[in-house]
Amino acid sequence: MIRFEHVTRRYPPGIDALANVSFSIESGELVLLGGHSGAGKTTLLKLLAAIERPSGGTVLINGQNVGAMKRAGIPYLRRKLGLVFQDQKLLFDRNAFENVMLPLAIAGFAPKDAAKRVRAALDKVGLLAREKAMPIALSGGEQQRLAIARAVVSRPAILLADEPTAHLDPETAKDVAAIFHGFHQVGVTILIATYDDELFAASASQRLILNHGRMESAPA
Amino acid sequence: MNAWLTQHGKALTWALRRLTAAPVNTLLSLLAIGVALALPAGGQMLLGNALQFARSTGNDNATPQISLFLSLNADRKAADGIAARLRNLANAKDVRFVSRDDALKRMQAGEGLAEVIAALPKNPFPDAFVVKPRDESPAAIEKMRDEISRWAKVEHVQLDSTWVRRLDAMLRLGRTGVALLTLLLGLGLVAITFTTIRLQILSQRAEIEVSRLLGAAESFIRRPYYYFGALQGLAGGAVAWLIVMGMTGVLSGPVAEVALLYNTSVTLTPLAALDAMLLLVLAGGLGWLGAALSLGQHTQV
Repeated sequence: MIRFEHVTRRYPPGIDALANVSFSIESGELVLLGGHSGAGKTTLLKLLAAIERPSGGTVLINGQNVGAMKRAGIPYLRRKLGLVFQDQKLLFDRNAFENVMLPLAIAGFAPKDAAKRVRAALDKVGLLAREKAMPIALSGGEQQRLAIARAVVSRPAILLADEPTAHLDPETAKDVAAIFHGFHQVGVTILIATYDDELFAASASQRLILNHGRMESAPA
Repeated sequence: MNAWLTQHGKALTWALRRLTAAPVNTLLSLLAIGVALALPAGGQMLLGNALQFARSTGNDNATPQISLFLSLNADRKAADGIAARLRNLANAKDVRFVSRDDALKRMQAGEGLAEVIAALPKNPFPDAFVVKPRDESPAAIEKMRDEISRWAKVEHVQLDSTWVRRLDAMLRLGRTGVALLTLLLGLGLVAITFTTIRLQILSQRAEIEVSRLLGAAESFIRRPYYYFGALQGLAGGAVAWLIVMGMTGVLSGPVAEVALLYNTSVTLTPLAALDAMLLLVLAGGLGWLGAALSLGQHTQV
């Protein structure tokens, strides 16, 4: 489902954020991406969502070469992915419901269907009662769960999450991890960049470790 | 189709919300656009009225007309023939016959002329026609004069072409002025929209970025700003129209006074419906153009 073949991402002046990275993820897997801060985890996720382009090698999703994709095609790729960003990127001038609605509005869903889906997604992350709340009024854990609801509302087959449990207390982190387990169980392919390996260990089928942009051995 | 309508509806309501969210800013922008467009629109209105005023000052010379005099030996039958031919001319709006007897009577009524005319052995006046043309452009009138003067029994064709030419030149000057004003102040409108859209884009940076990350196509991101620009232009055009209407109201009193002194009853007519429509379409279109230019500058990835 996801394949990296000798992928390099070089930032000027000649710093390799990723160097010759290869791996593959099958459909339905939950894969953890580990490594020290600055090892290239975020860069790897950005290459998958075509937020950045590889300097060398091939990034494939469902056999499609994402790195060589035309600009006009990128929006349609992103609609098939669920993205949970490290800094969440919630919009603070709209409430929880409207934040989760955004991907559906972008994809052109009929408002009625969209509202149903938004409520289902909010329910899944336990925020249905807070749909009118502005993000600023939500706790850190709630904001993270809101970001997850927004990522899954269009029911993507692939979910990419960048440090979804960072800055959360252990209890809240466990709740968030449980949400990911739930998605794994219904067959979503998940790639999580995280330090908290134990939280996700139960469902993880692979652990990819990056070290200064290079892939270390990846024990199953 | 339905999804398409929904998307446009959303973009439109977004634009309306943004416009009403900062009423003072919006009002000032609209006023700037309105004043800018009121100048050419007002000019167009005054131009239309100037023409009407020139026509109605009672002076016969104000309306271009052709006078033709028949030769003295032309009898009544020949005059009737000429009259029919004149009425058949495509460009003749009005044909008036002045018989030689009428001309004589009118001259006798004139002060001091009665004795002179009485001293003449016979009526010295020929039969005459006064023709008002439909197309008042100098070229059309001169063409008509040339045609008529070739007819038999037509002794002399007189045309006040200097007046026609002057009026025509003045009108052309006025129209060029209005066109120049429209061009310059239209550019001003584009510049105003460019800046307001830039501010909107800057204040919505986060939304634009997140929308892109969630798979929004460029058209989705840009659409609301196009609506914003076009709506702002349209509303500015409406303000300009109101200003011109107000101007018409304020000026109509003084104009009536002047008209009275010229012995006419001219009233100031407001901007024609077609011109008003054109004003609104132009304002909306230029707003859209300003938005397009601004989006090209400020939403590059």
